[in-house]
This record gives sequence, C-alpha cells and structure tokens, in this order.
Amino acid sequence: MTSPVLELSRVSKSFGAARALIDVDLAVHPREVVAVVGDNGAGKSTLAGVLAGVYPPDAGEMRVDGEPVRFADPGAARARGIATVFQELALCDNLDVVENLFLGHEPVRGALLDEIAMERRAWELLDQLGASVPSVRVPVAALTGGQRRTVAIARGLLGDPRVVVLDEPTASLGIRQTAELLNLVERLRERGHSVVFVSHATSDVQAVADRIVVLRLGRVNGEFEADAATSEDLLAAMTGARPVRRGGGR
Amino acid sequence: MKADRAPLPTPGDVLRRMREGELTLLPIAAALVVIWIGFGLANPTFWSSENLVNLSLQSVSTGVIALGVVIVLLVGQIDLSVGSVSGVAAAVVAAGAVNGGWPLWVGVLVAIAVGVVVGLVLGIAVTRLGLPSFVLTLAALLVLAGVQVRILEPAGSVNIPFDSWLVKFCQAWFLPTWFAWSVVVVVVVGFAATRWSDRRRRRAADLPYASTATTALHVGTLAAVLCTVVAVLGGARGVGYSVVLFVVLVAVADVLLRRTRWGRAVHAIGGNRRAAVLAGLPVRRTVVSAFVACSALAALGGVLAAGRLAAANQETGGGDIFLTAIAAAVIGGTSLFGGRGRAWSALLGVLVIQSISNGLTLLDLDTATRSIVTGAVLALAITIDTVVRGRRPE
Repeated sequence: MTSPVLELSRVSKSFGAARALIDVDLAVHPREVVAVVGDNGAGKSTLAGVLAGVYPPDAGEMRVDGEPVRFADPGAARARGIATVFQELALCDNLDVVENLFLGHEPVRGALLDEIAMERRAWELLDQLGASVPSVRVPVAALTGGQRRTVAIARGLLGDPRVVVLDEPTASLGIRQTAELLNLVERLRERGHSVVFVSHATSDVQAVADRIVVLRLGRVNGEFEADAATSEDLLAAMTGARPVRRGGGR
Repeated sequence: MKADRAPLPTPGDVLRRMREGELTLLPIAAALVVIWIGFGLANPTFWSSENLVNLSLQSVSTGVIALGVVIVLLVGQIDLSVGSVSGVAAAVVAAGAVNGGWPLWVGVLVAIAVGVVVGLVLGIAVTRLGLPSFVLTLAALLVLAGVQVRILEPAGSVNIPFDSWLVKFCQAWFLPTWFAWSVVVVVVVGFAATRWSDRRRRRAADLPYASTATTALHVGTLAAVLCTVVAVLGGARGVGYSVVLFVVLVAVADVLLRRTRWGRAVHAIGGNRRAAVLAGLPVRRTVVSAFVACSALAALGGVLAAGRLAAANQETGGGDIFLTAIAAAVIGGTSLFGGRGRAWSALLGVLVIQSISNGLTLLDLDTATRSIVTGAVLALAITIDTVVRGRRPE
C-alpha cells in the first residue's frame, strides 16, 4: 500500500480533566475514504478539530507526507492541504454563496475583490459537485440544509486539498440528501482527494468507506476493512459490548 | 450556460429581495420621500432651498458619527462613546487652537489622533480581554465626558474665530454652481462607465449580467438624484464643502465595506464570528480596526460640529448625540445584530432624523414632540430589522 498522506500517532487531547482523545493512531492514504465512528462523547469531534487545526494536540505527533506538522490555526491546516467541513458548517448566513466560498481567500484585482473570477469559479466548482444551487448570489440563509452542506464542502475544496475532513456530514439530512452526500463523497475520491468521514451513523459510513476506525471513550477501539465489517462488529466496538476482534491491516 | 439576461426586476421580486434583507436601502429611501412630501405639504417652507441647505449642513456632523457607528454595528459590536469622543475632539481643537495657540490643522489632527487612540483602546479591550462593548463603551462615555469638561476648564466653552478655515469649511464655503454641475457629470459618467465595463466583463465570463434597461435605470436614478440635489440646494447657497466631505466619506466607506477583503471580513465577523475564525480571518485585527474607524469618524464629527457652531462647549457631543447617531444607523437599515447594513444607511438615516426634527420645528412643535416622533420612527426601524431577520428562511 502507498504511504499515508496524513498520519496521527499516539495523539492525546484533554479539556481540563476530561480526556477527549487518548493515544489515537490514524492513517489516511491517498484516495482513501476513512470513516471514524463512535458514540456520543467518543471523541469524534475532537479528532476532527485536531485535524482541522482548531485544537492543538497535547501529546503525540501528526505527520503530513511523513513530515511532522503542528497546526497553530485552521489556516495552517488548510495550507498543508487538510480542509475540514465542520458539523455546524461554519457558514455566514448574512453572506451569499460566493462570499462564503471564498471567505478569507478572496482573489483581488488591484485593491478590490475580483467578484467575476470568484463567481465563475463558484459555478465551476458547484457544477463539478453536482450541486443544485439556484443562484450563487443568494444569501446562504435562503438555502436548504443539503445545499448549505454542499456549499461548505465546496469551500473546503477550493484550495485543492489532499485530505477533506467531514465532521458528521449526514447529521440533520433527510434520506435523499444523505444519498446525495454519499455520492458526493464518491466524487471526492474520484477527484483524487482522501476523505476522513466522521460520523455516528454506521450505515452511512459502510456505504462509502474503505476503512472504518471506531473510537470509544477517546481511544481507538477497533479498526475494520469496510467490506469485512458487519454492523454488529461496529456496534460492539462502539459500545464495548464484547471483546473486539481486530480486523484489517494497519 | 447561466448567461440568460436578467430581466428587469418585477415588483414581486423587489418585495422578496427586501424581505430577504438585500435591498435594505429601498424602504428607507421611500420613507424619506414620504417624510419630505408630508412636511412639504404641511409647511411649504420645508421645501425652500434655504431650509434644505440648512438641513444638509445640520446633518453632516451627526452623519459622520453615524457612519462610524455603522462600521462598528456591522462587525457585531456597539459603541456608545461616540458622542463623548466627538465632544473631546471638539474641545481639543478649540482649546488647542485658541487657548494653546496651535495651528488649526494641528488641532484637527490631534483631535482625530485622540479618536484613533480611543478606538485602539476600546478595540483591544474588547478583543483581548473579551469585555462586552456595550458596558465598556458606556464606561468610556462617562470617562470622556469628564475629560471634555476638564479640557474646557475654566471657561466651559471656547469660541473659534469666524474667519478660521474650519468654521468657513462648515458654514460658509459652498461649491460654485459650475463646479457642482461638473462634479455631477463626472460622477454620473464614471458610474455609468464602471457599470458598463463590469457588464462587459461579466458577459465575457459567461455570467449573468444586468440588462441594458436595469443599467440605464440605475444610472438614470443616480443622475436624477444628484441633479435634484444640486438644483435644489443651488437655489440658495449651494452644496456645502462639509456636505461634500460627508458624502465622499460615505462613498469611500461603501467601497471599502463591499469591495475589499477587509469589508468582507467585517461582514463575516458580524454575521458569524466562529465561522470567521474557522475561515482563518484576522478577527481581532478587524474588530480593532472597526473600533478605530468608528472613534476616528466620531472625532471628525466632533471637529465638524465645533466648526459649525464656531465653538466647543461642554454640551458639544453631549446629550442624545450618540443615541441619534446610533438611531440614524439603525433607521438607515443597519442591523443591531451585526453583519447587515450599508454605509449609505448613515446618510439616509441621518437625513430621516434631521428632516423630522427640522420639519417639526417648522411646524412650531417643541422638542418633546420631536423626541416622541423620532423615538417612534426608531421603534419602527428596529421592528422592521427584527421582523425581517426573524422571517428569513432558516
């Protein structure tokens, strides 16, 4: 197998006395969809935050292309090719689609923003993602949940990242929108991105993931090849109901 | 692909976009026209060129302060100290130039520098210490009101000579008629050229672009407004220098807020601060810059007030000036909740407030009535703001 794009080894993170992540190992290979599943409080969102550069880890090492990195802020993670789409999407309701897509990375013409370049690129990107957005000049407050999520993902793709981290992307989506999102994840893989798919919905994960990592109470409690894992295996690893059979290669 | 030509907006379109908070300026512009027609019918003096020249000059100081308030509101904060800052600035100019013997321009620069420093302190306290701006700027209001009194001691007021350029700038200097008309031509042609080239670039880029009719409508509206203003004010003394300064400041602020990365950051932070942080925007720096801009404009407003009054006293910038400035921003359509509003709302808002005040005075109504009416209009404006916001689709 190719060497990993992104690798975490023995990463820990505490918030005061609460240990959110304990000695977590994670490897993401090129064009791979790695799912991270776990129950509430398992540390999934903290892990996404660490990858995004929101929370610097207390201990352990992160490597991008084998090179140790330390992200001071989300901008630093982005600069190293890791884009994160947060669960709450982090969109500005008062801004329109184009303004949200390019927020913080607007191209300029002289001193002024190049609205035309932005609008063009926005259409290109949304078309590639198969998004059905009525206009790129409507405030995102006027979009549906699925459209908002697509905008957030499209924003993640702007810098052409190596790894896209999706934090609970299917939460609050309906059945059809979930199917569309899973399609979108496939497209990301086809476009050559690696995806870290953080979710508590094991059925969604099994549909698209290559590999599934289970978190439980901040620790990695099992790792499965998606084809080989059954829902019972995942559930058992998530809840700690019975000893876990380790499947798949590391 | 998406290059269907956008047709002229239908009335239903306009209504929908107003509800979605896009066309925030239209309702207030309409309200202004209604107010002017109403007062004009009640007392034709209201429509006289001389009265409207006075109205324009009266609006400048508060309008400049309101422009600063717009910026701070956009970034999701508030500044209650703007009145006191303007009072201190007026006192600095007058005391420095008259009592201290400084050249007047030094006094003006020092006054604005004081505003910049106040803004820096407020901005840093809000961003680094996380103090709530409402209470912090209330404290600053009290402190600076005291400082203002100290500067003006012992007399309590300082007169600025009538022949100084500051007083003339605010009271006596008006654009010559030919020059005012030249400016109108240049601005309208420049606006049309910008629109036209923008339209051409959009068409070349295969993007939707405004139809010729829409472009013509916009250019025609601007031309009509400017021609009316110059013609009406020209019937008396004309367009004052200070009025020109105010409009230019608003126009520059409008471009900065809508067309630069800084302006985009201001809107984003006011709309969703966490999203702005996650997008990697320089949140603290932007918030500090908003406070600095606000206090500097407030100081400039104070300098202009001193020029208009030809004096600075303990009441300059005091009383309800800060409330009027904030009310003007909100009446003009800038949201108290952050992230929505335009620089032009300072101009329109202050015109509404001053028109009401001016019109009621002409009708021989006292300050009590003026206060009640202005308050009612403010209540209406904030209701519109809140209802529009509440009705926005989730």
